[in-house]
Amino acid sequence: MTPERERRASELARRYPQAKSALIPFLQYCQAQDGYVTQQAIRDAAEMAGITPSEAESIASFYTLLFKRPAGAHKIQVCRTLSCMLRGADELQRHVRQRLGLASGEASPDGRFYYEEVECLAACDRAPCLQHNLEFHYDVTPQEFDRLLDEWRASEPAVSMPAE
Amino acid sequence: MARFEPVLMRGIGERDLTDIETYKQLGGFGALEKALRQMTPEAVMNEVSGSNLRGRGGAGFPTGKKWSFLPKDGRPRYLVCNSDEAEPGTFKDRMLLEKTPFQIIEGLLISAYAINAAQIFMYIRGEFLEGYRTFRRAVEAAALQGYVGKRILGTDFSMDIIVHRGAGAYICGEETAMLESLEGKRGEPRLKPPFPANAGLYGMPTVVNNVETACCVPHIVERGARWFASIGPEKCPGPKIISVSGHVNRPGNYEVAMGIPARELIEEYAGGLFPGRRLKAIQPGGGSSAAIFEEDLDTGIDFDSLAAKRTMLGSGGFVVMDDTTCLVRASQTLARFFEHESCGQCTPCREGGQWVARMVSRLEAGEGSDNDIRILNTINNTITGTNLCPLGDSIMPFLASVLKRFPEEFAAHVKEAGCPFRPARVHAGAAS
Repeated sequence: MTPERERRASELARRYPQAKSALIPFLQYCQAQDGYVTQQAIRDAAEMAGITPSEAESIASFYTLLFKRPAGAHKIQVCRTLSCMLRGADELQRHVRQRLGLASGEASPDGRFYYEEVECLAACDRAPCLQHNLEFHYDVTPQEFDRLLDEWRASEPAVSMPAE
Repeated sequence: MARFEPVLMRGIGERDLTDIETYKQLGGFGALEKALRQMTPEAVMNEVSGSNLRGRGGAGFPTGKKWSFLPKDGRPRYLVCNSDEAEPGTFKDRMLLEKTPFQIIEGLLISAYAINAAQIFMYIRGEFLEGYRTFRRAVEAAALQGYVGKRILGTDFSMDIIVHRGAGAYICGEETAMLESLEGKRGEPRLKPPFPANAGLYGMPTVVNNVETACCVPHIVERGARWFASIGPEKCPGPKIISVSGHVNRPGNYEVAMGIPARELIEEYAGGLFPGRRLKAIQPGGGSSAAIFEEDLDTGIDFDSLAAKRTMLGSGGFVVMDDTTCLVRASQTLARFFEHESCGQCTPCREGGQWVARMVSRLEAGEGSDNDIRILNTINNTITGTNLCPLGDSIMPFLASVLKRFPEEFAAHVKEAGCPFRPARVHAGAAS
C-alpha cells in the first residue's frame, strides 16, 4: 500500500467498530482515484480488512457502483424502471445509445464515455432521469441530453465516481 | 377539499432546511431537548408505542414494538437508519435526506436515547451522493452546536452518527442484507431467526428504522402520542409521504393523512390524469406491490386498507398508469428489475426471476406463446413464499394482478405477434 492509501485506510477503519466495515468506503476511495477498482486496490482493501484478496474481490463484485474494469470517465446511467419508462425513458435510451454509439454496459474506445441502463434512481417525479458521475439530471428530453453531452464533451471530469 | 397540513415536509420548498439555524427557527431540536431534559427513555418509548407509529420502510411493523424486542442483557445496542431507498417508484427518503437532514438527525437521536443505543449508523444508498454529502454536512453542523457527540445539550447523553454510503444493490434495503453490507460483506440477507433485535450488527442487538420513521419521532415527542394516533386510521395512523409518479399532471411527494382515498390523492394532490385519458392500473406500494384498478379508487391509502385489497402500502411509491400503458411492457420493466436485483442465494428467486423476465420479454417482443401465459398464470405459488427474504416474493404480485385483470392484453401479444401498443416499431422489427 502507498503511504497515502495506508493513511486513508486506517482513517476509514477507525470510523467503525470493526475495520472490515470500511472495505466498501475504501474501495470507493480507490475507485475515485484510479477510475475503477484495480487488482492492487483489491489487495490493499483485503489487507486493511484482514481478509483474503479473493474474498475482497467477491464482495466488490456484489456492488454495481464498483467498476471491476476500466470504464469511461463520463459514466452516464439512464434509469430504465417503470416510472421513467412511463414517461419517455425508452425514447431517451434509444437516443443516447445512438448518440454515443454504445450499448448498455459499454465504454467508448477512447475511454471517455461509459453508458449503462440502470434500475430506479428514486427521481420518478422528474422522469426520465439519469445520473452523470452520480449527479442527477431530471426531465431529460433527447434535446436536453444533447445539450448535456456537449457540456460533457467540452470538459474532463476531475473525478469520475466521487467517493465522498 | 382541505389539504393536510404537512408535518414531515413542513417548510420544504419554502425554506432552506439544510441550514441548521433555519431548522431551529422552525422549532427544530425542541423535541430532542424535551426528550433529554423532561423524559426518561422509557417515557419516550411509551409515547412512540402509544402513537401506533408503523414503520415507513415497507413492512409497516409497529416501531414501538420493534424497539421493545431488544433484550436487556447489557450488550451494546445499535440503531441503524435505512436510507437505501431503491423500491421502484419511491423517492421520499431521498427528498428527506437532501431537504431536511436535521429532522432525520433529531429523530435518530431521540430514538437512540429511547432504546439506549451505543451508536447510530446511517446507511445511505450509493447513488445518493448528494444526499450523503448533505447529510454528512448536517451531522458536522449539528456536532458543532452540541447536538451530536459528547454530553448532548449538557446532559449525560452522548451519541455519534456514523454515515455510510452503499455501493449499488437494491437488496441492501432488506434489513439483514443491510447489516451484512455494513459489516463489509456481500449484501446477502440472513436467515431469520435470529432477528436483528437479538443478533444484528456485529451480532449485537440492533434496531433498523427507515428515514421517514425516524422523522415521525420528534413530532410524536413534541405533540404527543394522542395527536399522532388521531390522524387517519386507528391501527396505522399518522402523516405519510406518498411518492406519486407516472401518468399524472403533477408527480411529486405528497404528505397526506394516512388513509386518504386513492382518488383524492390523484385528483386533489397529483393534478389528475392527462386530458382524455382513463386510469388503467396503479401500483400503490412500489415495484413489489400488486396493482389496484379503477374499481379500487375509493380504497384508503394505508397499510390495512391496501392489505385488504391483497396489495400493500409498502414504501409509498404510487405509480399511476393510464390507458396508453402496455401492461406487458410495464411487467417487463419490473421483471427485469427483480431479475437484476436478486442476490442469488435462493433458487426460486434467482432462477424464477430470470425465467419470468425472459417469458415477459418474449411476449413483449412478439415471440411469446400461449404456453408462456399459461406458465405465468401458475408460477406464482412456486416463487412466492419460498425465499429467505421478501425480494423473491416481489417478483410476481404486479404481474399476477395485471394478468388476472387484463388477460386479453397478454393474449393479444401472442395473437398479433407483437405489442399492440407500438405496432409501428414491432413491424419494423425494432422490438427491444
